Amino acid sequence: MNEFKNLFVQGIWKNNPAIVQLLGLCPLLAVTGTVINGLGLGLATTMVLLGSNITVSLVRNWVPNEIRIPIFVMVIACFVTVIELLMNAYTYELYLTLGIFIPLIVTNCAIIGRAEAYASKNPIKFAAFDGLMMGFGFTIILVILGGMREVLGQGTLFSGAELLFGAWAENLTLTLYTSDAKFLLAILPPGAFLGMGLLIAAKNAIDTAIAARQQQTEKVVARARVTGTDL
Amino acid sequence: MSKLTVASSPHYHNQRDTGAVMRMVIFACIPGIAMQTWFFGYGVLIQVFLCVLTAVVSEAIILEIRKKNTVRAVKDYSAVLAGLLLAISIPPLSPWWISVIGASFAIIVVKQFYGGLGYNMFNPAMTAYIMLLISFPVQMTSWLPPISLTEQQFSLWDAIHTVFTGFTAEGYSVGQLRVGVDGVTMATPLDHMKTQLTQGYTVDEALTNDIYSGNSGIGWAPIAIAFLLGGLALIKLRVINWHIPFSMIAGALITAFIFYLVDPSTFASPWFHFINGSLVFGAFFIATDPVSSSTTNNGRLIFGFAIGVWIIIIRTWGNYPDAVAFSVVLMNMAVPLIDYYTKPRTYGHKLKAKSMSEK
Repeated sequence: MNEFKNLFVQGIWKNNPAIVQLLGLCPLLAVTGTVINGLGLGLATTMVLLGSNITVSLVRNWVPNEIRIPIFVMVIACFVTVIELLMNAYTYELYLTLGIFIPLIVTNCAIIGRAEAYASKNPIKFAAFDGLMMGFGFTIILVILGGMREVLGQGTLFSGAELLFGAWAENLTLTLYTSDAKFLLAILPPGAFLGMGLLIAAKNAIDTAIAARQQQTEKVVARARVTGTDL
Repeated sequence: MSKLTVASSPHYHNQRDTGAVMRMVIFACIPGIAMQTWFFGYGVLIQVFLCVLTAVVSEAIILEIRKKNTVRAVKDYSAVLAGLLLAISIPPLSPWWISVIGASFAIIVVKQFYGGLGYNMFNPAMTAYIMLLISFPVQMTSWLPPISLTEQQFSLWDAIHTVFTGFTAEGYSVGQLRVGVDGVTMATPLDHMKTQLTQGYTVDEALTNDIYSGNSGIGWAPIAIAFLLGGLALIKLRVINWHIPFSMIAGALITAFIFYLVDPSTFASPWFHFINGSLVFGAFFIATDPVSSSTTNNGRLIFGFAIGVWIIIIRTWGNYPDAVAFSVVLMNMAVPLIDYYTKPRTYGHKLKAKSMSEK
């Protein structure tokens, strides 16, 4: 079980594909104009990661080392095609909104990175869980970034939820404020870079705070021992 | 600040700290601001007040959070100057939140996120201006025509009212204030020239509009000259070096002249580019920012000249009428490279290339 916990922490926080490994930035920055776009692409990426990790792990003992990269890429491309066709069939509007970025999941380095670094060396259950966690870590960042940009840029949250969840979700859209002057920067690519920078900074600040607190508790222990020897 | 020449001792200390230098730049802005107020109304002063206040408050808040010496840093007037330069750049009657968002962005994101005074890669005022221009294009291009040409006259109270509510005390919107005596909305000279040229008119036909007197837009020439005088005073007081303003204006004029020679009917004359828009203001007050500009004299010449060339290119083919902000920020990115290749030779050391060839 410890391995599962480790994979969970690695995927969501310590080795998050988006804000620590900085992989897959192209879709990350390009489609996170709204929460739903981010969520849609995040889920698609997670599915591909899960599928490719399982498959790569299954075939890891038969793949010759010299040609492993082309094989991994073909596996990933296969799953991306599946996801693309599924989205085309069931979430057509979202499929149109995300456009080229769905086929481009193939080129997301996070996926081939996981296949090469983890799935090709570990048994299926771990590889599958790793793919799921890495995908969730990526999705969370996409959703947070999408939320930041949507609130600043349009004053709404979950706009277009019906594209992903069907007609009942139309009422999910929250309008926080309406303004004639939209903050266009947040929707444009520079806003994505700024938001991304802020997220990375926040993550580093939290890590520093945690490290500082741990150090403090260690110090207290050390001092107690010194007085103990003095006595 | 302007000239860092380390000689052997005894050293002479000229009693100027950062605050004194910044204050001199602020004082040198005064004639230009006065002229701008004269031609475009009290809105200019309100924007100056709002931007400076926001800039100083944001600087103080961030420095408190960063546990720095807040009083000392606020007293160096760098935040005041950044706010002032931004205020001069934005349209006088733009809504109050434009100045507040702009000034806080300039200080918090562009300056303090990069480490505070002396560490910012980009010019705070101009980066904030670009941010505003991209985010709020309608508000940021609503320049009023000079007061002498407008149909609606407005008072100081009207200006305050407009900045905070969007309408004058009598209920006129900024759009209505922009209407000239003949009922046509008026643009800035650069904006107007650009629109006319894209519609197929020649430069001479465009210049027949009411907003021009001769070759320059009414109001813009005296403002440019006022900033020119302020800038020359700064050079005389050795607050800034002559390299950047000189090469920037030269770069712009030479580029404009080349195009003017090619076809005077589709490219405006160098004099038109010099006197309209913010070329002079940018050359003396914006590009000379000691932090984000090049630090070597040769580098300054390259930096300024390239800005001048960019200004004409963007003014002619870009989407926006003026280009000082874009050009300065573009060249800010090139500063590390420029500084690397124009490193001055230490006395006694031979040039690398020379020693190589001697071998």
